[in-house]
Amino acid sequence: MSYFAGKYDVAVIGAGHAGIEAALASARLGCKTVVFTINMDAVGNCPCNPSIGGTAKGHLVREIDALGGEMGKTADECLLQMRMLNRGKGPAVHSLRAQIDRRKYSEVMKHKLELQENLELHQAEITDLEEISGGWKAVTRMGAEYEVKAVIIATGTYLGGRIYIGELNYESGPDGIFPATFLGASLKKLGLSLRRFKTGTPARVLKSSIDFSDLEEQKGDEPVIPFSYETEEQLNNKVVCHISWTNENTKKIILDNIHRSPLYSGMIHGVGPRYCPSLEDKIVRFSDKERHQLFIEPCGENTEEMYLQGMSSSLPEEVQLKFYHSIKGLENAIVMRPAYAIEYDCVDPLQMNNTLEFIDHPGLYGAGQFNGSSGYEEAAAQGLVAGINAALKIQGKDPMILDRAGSYIGTLVDDLVTKGANDPYRMMTSRSEYRLILRQDNADERMTPIGRKVGLISDERYGKFLKKQELKARELERIKKTVIPPSEEINSLLVSRETSPINTGVKLVDLIKRPQLSYEILSTIDKDRPQLDANIFEQIEVEVKYEGYIKKQLAQVEQMRRMESKSLPTDLDYKTVSGLRLEAQEKLNKVHPSNLGQAARISGVSPADISVLVIWLSK
Amino acid sequence: MEKTIAAVSTPIGTGGISVIRISGDDAVQIADRVFVSVSGKKLSELKGYTSAYGKVYDKGELLDEAVATVFLAPHSYTGENVVELSCHGGMYITSQVLRAILDSGAVTAEAGEFTKRAFLNGKIDLTESEAVMDIISAKGRAAARSAIGIKEGRLRREIDDVKSSLIDSAAHLSAWADYPEEDIPEVSEDTLCENITNALSKLNSLIRGYDIGKSVKEGIDTLIIGKPNVGKSTLMNFLSGSEKSIVTDIPGTTRDIIEETVVLGNVVLLLSDTAGLRDTDNPIEKIGVERAKKRVQSCGLVLAVFDASRKLDENDYSMLEMLSDVPSVAVINKSDLNSVIDVDYIKSKVSEVVFISAVTGDGIDNLISAVEKITGAAEFDENTAVLSTERQRECTICAKNALEDALSALNGGFTLDAVTVSLEEAIQALLELTGERVSEVVVHGVFSKFCVGK
Repeated sequence: MSYFAGKYDVAVIGAGHAGIEAALASARLGCKTVVFTINMDAVGNCPCNPSIGGTAKGHLVREIDALGGEMGKTADECLLQMRMLNRGKGPAVHSLRAQIDRRKYSEVMKHKLELQENLELHQAEITDLEEISGGWKAVTRMGAEYEVKAVIIATGTYLGGRIYIGELNYESGPDGIFPATFLGASLKKLGLSLRRFKTGTPARVLKSSIDFSDLEEQKGDEPVIPFSYETEEQLNNKVVCHISWTNENTKKIILDNIHRSPLYSGMIHGVGPRYCPSLEDKIVRFSDKERHQLFIEPCGENTEEMYLQGMSSSLPEEVQLKFYHSIKGLENAIVMRPAYAIEYDCVDPLQMNNTLEFIDHPGLYGAGQFNGSSGYEEAAAQGLVAGINAALKIQGKDPMILDRAGSYIGTLVDDLVTKGANDPYRMMTSRSEYRLILRQDNADERMTPIGRKVGLISDERYGKFLKKQELKARELERIKKTVIPPSEEINSLLVSRETSPINTGVKLVDLIKRPQLSYEILSTIDKDRPQLDANIFEQIEVEVKYEGYIKKQLAQVEQMRRMESKSLPTDLDYKTVSGLRLEAQEKLNKVHPSNLGQAARISGVSPADISVLVIWLSK
Repeated sequence: MEKTIAAVSTPIGTGGISVIRISGDDAVQIADRVFVSVSGKKLSELKGYTSAYGKVYDKGELLDEAVATVFLAPHSYTGENVVELSCHGGMYITSQVLRAILDSGAVTAEAGEFTKRAFLNGKIDLTESEAVMDIISAKGRAAARSAIGIKEGRLRREIDDVKSSLIDSAAHLSAWADYPEEDIPEVSEDTLCENITNALSKLNSLIRGYDIGKSVKEGIDTLIIGKPNVGKSTLMNFLSGSEKSIVTDIPGTTRDIIEETVVLGNVVLLLSDTAGLRDTDNPIEKIGVERAKKRVQSCGLVLAVFDASRKLDENDYSMLEMLSDVPSVAVINKSDLNSVIDVDYIKSKVSEVVFISAVTGDGIDNLISAVEKITGAAEFDENTAVLSTERQRECTICAKNALEDALSALNGGFTLDAVTVSLEEAIQALLELTGERVSEVVVHGVFSKFCVGK
């Protein structure tokens, strides 16, 4: 009952955040692309929080946008509220976080896929992958056989998905959609090693059943700064979120019932995210903490469902009701969807190289939760990398490899394929050693030239980018040349900001450098300031203020790149390199680092092993 | 395949026994070509960790008696097959034995090559290999003991302490920045400042200790000065235990600066005897006096010798003036004779004053403790952690500078992410120090400083 369904360049399995970026990139680069989703209504679904961005994740969204991806634009289109996190903690950790309308997001993304040239979207479950000459054969459950040059697996939590709520568990994908039950066996047959990870989501409750009267309100920032460098329209905040706290009673209810949690009864074997624990996990692990914070977030403009951020759980439904009702504001909450944990199959990303292609299976790529990460933004970033590289390879072009010094995306991919992931990998600013360089404000400077080279940045967009760079250079020149003479006006301003007055002319740039001052504060005395995009002032201010620290990081980048420039042959059998310890031989043979810098980051490879490689290379 | 290497691994010219080490795949076969055991057994028939007594021949000619000890890979210092031949010492015989071994197929070990191989074969880690290098070259007892301390990881523990407190701060900062919605307690700038200041003071004392440790290990450039015929040469001879200086009763016979290394208590002194310090018209002697004055300003320690039986004169007064800002000990010699010297005046100029009789040896213990005190060697506790190489010092200074940047960012009103990156730079430098991170520069740097034999 099988039939030949056609030849394509790229097949993408899954249309979540990874699959979408992979498919759009591949199609936009001219590859005939087919995307499979188990349920047409689940394209671009946000089965967890109705938000995009957050610390470090906001950086990823900006980079995805600057490289030519779609997530930032769609999030802007579906925006409910935007905040810039970490204002006051420094430019390296400023991050945008948006509340979005999740149904709208899904619809907009689906529509974009439908409209995309070179792209076909099909509702089908892929049950088998087979290596054939010149590529792969992907078979649907209906027996349709697609012959493709490359396959990108982006199965999210669908692959072997199993939902846990208390003592109950059953095979399922997220949000009650059925899971992918056959593909896992096919992947094992190929020799991929699969493992189980776990994640979870909190309950959704009916807005009218919540008593907001005593809850703290959280508003968006005005004016809204969009994710996308291409969003020109001024966006507005449409909703507010609310903050509440758990209490001693919540804690007691959970501890009294902890034996009924599948995590603690031993039913779940999958590894959960350390950085995004369930409430019972937080209460057990941080038992001295009296209360935990939660955010009540609207799921969309046309729904009354409210998301309870921070309250994910896999306790039985009746226990959930009890503990949710113990929380201020939620005393009479009507739970529309219960919280659940979901366990799923994913691969060990050490089997991949920096293009997210499997080392032993040319033409086979992975992205998103399938690679062991967690989060929509991490998924989208990998999807973009896999989609771009699949297309470049098919077209016989050089791969796009992003390094740690250039982007969070590069850091994410390098971490995954070099260090692997022992629990769902979440991006954090502390994962980057170069974070004063990798800021959300300069993502365009870092990524747009790469996107242009790859072919995802239009002439128009690139022209605008170059224009902006020119304006920035000119403004930088201006503040370096402009001398502010001492005057009563300037000195009273300086004194009011608790910084020393001037008695000779001072360059504008040196005033901006002072930690107590800023472009904004100096606006009254800087009469000739041109009208420029706010982002230009932001970039310049950071670069000027943090010049010394940025220079230091650039020096570290230099050092790192020197190590990265020492290539290691990818077909080297490390067992033949005498002097390497056994563990190092095994790890190196598993990861096959492309250079010495990457080898040094592999856990289990010691400095002594690196020196053996240095000497081996110099022979 | 690595070549089999050989070298004399005990210091040349001292000690009753010289050990020649052969390491590599062919070590045992090569040893068999020069060594014949009394039992008649070949070394290749022996198990690891066994010794044989026998004779060393070069092309049939008997060179020496020796004990050969066989170590089989990987259970040896280098992790390779190793044979150690213990011979009777003496420069000539030892070099003959080595020559015979090299003629039989081994090549001369490069500087530090045994340790390098041990490192590459995973037998020792980077800080250990540096410590081995230090033990080999340590001159004084304290230095040798502290080098052993490093090998046991004392420095590592000290650095780990600093590192883990910095990592705690950095982790808190990261958590606070990465989880703005998780009610992570705000990082208190006071606590942060205190933590960084503590780490900084530990690093500073390590750096200070390095300078003291360096003098302990490499010796202190020490000058013996004094007017003619007060007993400088006698003192030097006494300290050095051999008659290298010319001792006469005619004033002004010692004209050249003579260098000698002596171990005085915990300290290694690089002694220089100088021409007698006095105004003179003799042109040859004058050169010596000028040189001595210059040396006083640049040396690490001055032993100013006075004659207890003679009153202070103009020469003594001008000499005492020269010593005002130089670490110095006044040594009043001939304390066995009747004392007429103005001790109080000397004490007003030089803080350490000791009485000795260079002829009888009385008072030497006082001299030792005065020297240890003035050089800081008394505080130098071989049981505390010590930075022992220039590389380790560089890493520590790099960490120190980064922490100072962190502090100035903190005090200068910068946002905490500038503090975080500086903290992380410091942690990175410390990781490099302990060898947890390594750049090729480090590896090459370490090995270029190794000395032959070990």
